[in-house]
Amino acid sequence: MEKILVVDDERDIQALFEQRFRKEIKNGELEFVFAFSGEEAITYMKDHDQEAVLILSDINMPGMSGLELLRRIKEKYEVPPPLVMMITAYGDTENYSLAMQLGADDFLTKPVDFTALKEKLKAKLV
Amino acid sequence: MPLSFAPLVVSLVLADKIRKYARVNSLQQWEKPLKYALVFSVFLISTEAVLSAYSITKWIWHVYLIAMIAFSLKQKELRTLRMFVLAFVPFEIVSLITDLAEVINVDFFSANETYFKNAMSLTYIWMVAILFSQNRQFKVAEKERIKRQQEDELNKAIAIRKVELEGLVAERTAELTLQKEELELTLDELRSTQSQLIQAEKMASLGELTAGIAHEIQNPLNFVNNFSEVSKELLDEMMAELDKGNSNDAKEIASDIIQNLEKINHHGKRADAIVKGMLQHSRSSSGQKEPTDVNALADEFLRLAYHGLRAKDKSFNATLKTDLDANIGIIKVIPQDIGRVILNLLTNAFYAVNEKKKLNIAGYEPLVSIRTKRQENKVEIDVSDNGNGIPQKVIDKIFQPFFTTKPTGEGTGLGLSLSYDIIVKGHSGELRVETHEGEGTVFHIKLPINA
Repeated sequence: MEKILVVDDERDIQALFEQRFRKEIKNGELEFVFAFSGEEAITYMKDHDQEAVLILSDINMPGMSGLELLRRIKEKYEVPPPLVMMITAYGDTENYSLAMQLGADDFLTKPVDFTALKEKLKAKLV
Repeated sequence: MPLSFAPLVVSLVLADKIRKYARVNSLQQWEKPLKYALVFSVFLISTEAVLSAYSITKWIWHVYLIAMIAFSLKQKELRTLRMFVLAFVPFEIVSLITDLAEVINVDFFSANETYFKNAMSLTYIWMVAILFSQNRQFKVAEKERIKRQQEDELNKAIAIRKVELEGLVAERTAELTLQKEELELTLDELRSTQSQLIQAEKMASLGELTAGIAHEIQNPLNFVNNFSEVSKELLDEMMAELDKGNSNDAKEIASDIIQNLEKINHHGKRADAIVKGMLQHSRSSSGQKEPTDVNALADEFLRLAYHGLRAKDKSFNATLKTDLDANIGIIKVIPQDIGRVILNLLTNAFYAVNEKKKLNIAGYEPLVSIRTKRQENKVEIDVSDNGNGIPQKVIDKIFQPFFTTKPTGEGTGLGLSLSYDIIVKGHSGELRVETHEGEGTVFHIKLPINA
């Protein structure tokens, strides 16, 4: 089972994803793991080598920012690097171009449209 | 042929003296008669000389002199001249008696002519002595009079000057009153301008916050929307399970819904608290000290200020460090005011690190930190940054109103001035700055706990 790592400093994001993707989780279509900071995400990646194939990360987090996390992931995991989708509340071009420059595979703006996200996840993981 | 020289001289001296006296004492009505008297004396002596009528005119002289003497003695206005007039009385009496004796009894007169002559001499001596002493007295009196006159003139001049001065004083008083009224008006205007400026500064700092607040509210609102949408889906599922008769599954879903509702409530309250904080900031201060959690205040404004700046300048990033002393507890301060001070210091700190970041110094990591510390009987709040520091030449001016290093339109120049007033005047505390050029700045706030 390929896993999706969700990184966000808001803890309730876990409950939200688990409910939003309730059917998919139940049916075994998707599996989620959660990290609440960039540092935690890095640790998880180390401990579970290449386990996560898709990372959904918030950009604005205290400590290591989402962009820094993106940079490290894309640097370290060369073949094949996991897909990384960035999420931000600041829907600005600078963050977007920086994320793209660092190799982000997609860029989402809060509030997240879960129906659209569902389609994207299914499309990318198939 | 004898001539009446003595009577002539007496009449002239007497008339002249009275005339002078009259002039000095402003007795104009005497001027004319005395002039006539002088003319008459000259006329009489001339007649006497031309007609050789001594034997007749000497009687006219007697009548004339007696009349003049009597008249002079009788006038009240001439009282001061009485002694002077008396100088001539013996002369007139003796000369009259001499003349009468000569006419009535020539033998007797001849026999006693020496006596008559001696008597006449005595009257001359008398006359000279009296006139001499009178002259001296008159001189003294004249000096007195001149002195008095000068004094009068001086007093008059003083009186005139006094009136002038009073006029001047009244004029100046009126001017000053007008000026005072104008100044009071200006002061009122300044006061209202000042309160407007304070309000403007507050609004400016609220502007700094708006974006941060929007960002802070967005997250809880997203959760509220998401959890309520998910809950609706769950309810549909629950109904389906109930229709199928799977009450256990239905119960499981119901407990999830309950959890979601709790989360909705939690995030709703979160947004509510942020809006309340914002309102509290924009509301004019109640001026009342309230028990306040200074750590919460510091943390809240740190996040708001950071997001405020990020919203304006997307590329901006800084590390935030908080070191909050849990022992501070609740202290009594005016929360809106202290919040404003912390916000102002943080906004300045972010501005400073952002300016330094623009210089693209290799390895520079912007850092803004806020530290609270409980001391014996005071609380310390330090706001520090690792920006460029404050140049020595402006350090003395930073607490002055309207002093700003920011470009026009970006700063009101009132932030630190108001902060100083709030801490020092409003809370009897201290606000100090410690700065090292190129290294950074620390603002130290000290608040007494029992103030």
